[in-house]
Amino acid sequence: MLAHDKDSLKRTPLHGLHVSLGGKMVPFAGYDMPVQYPAGVLKEHLHTRVSAGLFDVSHMGQIALRPKSGRVEDAARALERLVPQDIVAIAPGRQRYAQFTNDNGGILDDLMVANFGDHLFLVVNAACKDADEAHLRAHLSDVCVVDSLADRALIALQGPKAEAALAKLCAEAPAMKFMDSGPRKVAGIDCFVSRSGYTGEDGFEISVPAAEAERLAKTLLENPDVLPIGLGARDSLRLEAGLCLYGHDIDTATTPVEAALEWSVQKSRRSGGARAGGFPGAEKILADFDQGAARRRVGLLAQGRAPVREGAPLFANDAGGEPIGQVTSGGFGPSLNAPVAMGYVPTSQSALGTNLFAEVRGQRLAVQVAAMPFVKNTYKR
Amino acid sequence: MTTTLYTSDHEWLAIDGDVATVGITDYAQQQLGDVVFVELPKVGRALKKAEAAAVVESVKAASDVYAPVTGEVLEANAELVAEPALVNSDAQGKAWFFKIKMADRSELGGLMDEAAYKAHTA
Repeated sequence: MLAHDKDSLKRTPLHGLHVSLGGKMVPFAGYDMPVQYPAGVLKEHLHTRVSAGLFDVSHMGQIALRPKSGRVEDAARALERLVPQDIVAIAPGRQRYAQFTNDNGGILDDLMVANFGDHLFLVVNAACKDADEAHLRAHLSDVCVVDSLADRALIALQGPKAEAALAKLCAEAPAMKFMDSGPRKVAGIDCFVSRSGYTGEDGFEISVPAAEAERLAKTLLENPDVLPIGLGARDSLRLEAGLCLYGHDIDTATTPVEAALEWSVQKSRRSGGARAGGFPGAEKILADFDQGAARRRVGLLAQGRAPVREGAPLFANDAGGEPIGQVTSGGFGPSLNAPVAMGYVPTSQSALGTNLFAEVRGQRLAVQVAAMPFVKNTYKR
Repeated sequence: MTTTLYTSDHEWLAIDGDVATVGITDYAQQQLGDVVFVELPKVGRALKKAEAAAVVESVKAASDVYAPVTGEVLEANAELVAEPALVNSDAQGKAWFFKIKMADRSELGGLMDEAAYKAHTA
């Protein structure tokens, strides 16, 4: 890429650390980010599955939604205008996965929402964060102050040894359960810690003041069980975990039901629920729930060794016919030592075990609709 | 005696008479990262210079390997298909991709020697 493009990229508070660790830096969502370190994507991926990986996810947006009334339930009710999730029911100290929807039922972004007792704490995708903030301000300013927490970094610590590694710096960490979230001291620093992540592994996300981020990351990396992990392995880990990547597996043209995210929409917001509808695109999304969507996101396992990547058209037969769908994420799954992919197909062809074909370099490769996650998750429920 | 030449697309050719053994360079494998899949040309296939002859896929992306010269494929490296990671461990040795019977040795004139390739990748 051109030098002046590189210069225009934003840097996270951990940029200097990535460079000093030998990170191979690439542009990602407007940031200069490490795609891998000298260990390489394969080793970084496998290390996270057996030990602990440290990821810089500071490019993601962190937003506080502060109720003007001081009552967090007012912020929760207000946010329910924008997402199909039950936000009111999120207990203090807990968080939940949600999606901003548009009037067509499509997904504007996916996000995490935590109840911090007196306000809500949101984590949104890097590429969408400015639009998300504007969306929140435009629709919720009557009830809430939208506070961009741009002075904070975000570190994910993922893998079976994440708990032990964090426990050395935060005695309360082991007592946290999956999706617990709130302020905690880590190495004496005022952080927000959640027991969550996006790798399918047990782990934590730690929001830390930017000025303290490098010190905290270095302290975690002093533990020999913890290695820095780049975006390459983050992508292969989340793919094996069957998790959607915004802009790829979900976007403004996919509804939560099409995306197989029904589990994230609580009964209270569905037809017949206590607070049914009332979010953008409710008519379309509730119709998808009631009548089924025409197409579905499915997992795909290839029969051969060739990776089937994003954009590959899917066919019902090994020759002829029109494409029935498309791969939205795909690559090599290091833990499975096999290609893995996900994509959209007509619901009639979405049953587990359905045999389909993906076109790669003009050849139709046999793929089978398979259960996700491809690798069993290890969340501490 | 064999001579090794290089293309600007990061293939290497070990020349022995009118047969060239073709692979990708150590520099190329470092750029690609962990290689997980290779697809090689069928024996007997007639390749034209600069035609896509093989595919090498890393965890990140798929890349074409181009025929550096015109000719007929004499042999493809079955060991590499079984163990694609050889590209990372021994790119310019065990991880050769295919052998080609060259149709026109004058095509070699446009290729780089080791010193020129080093300068090209510096």
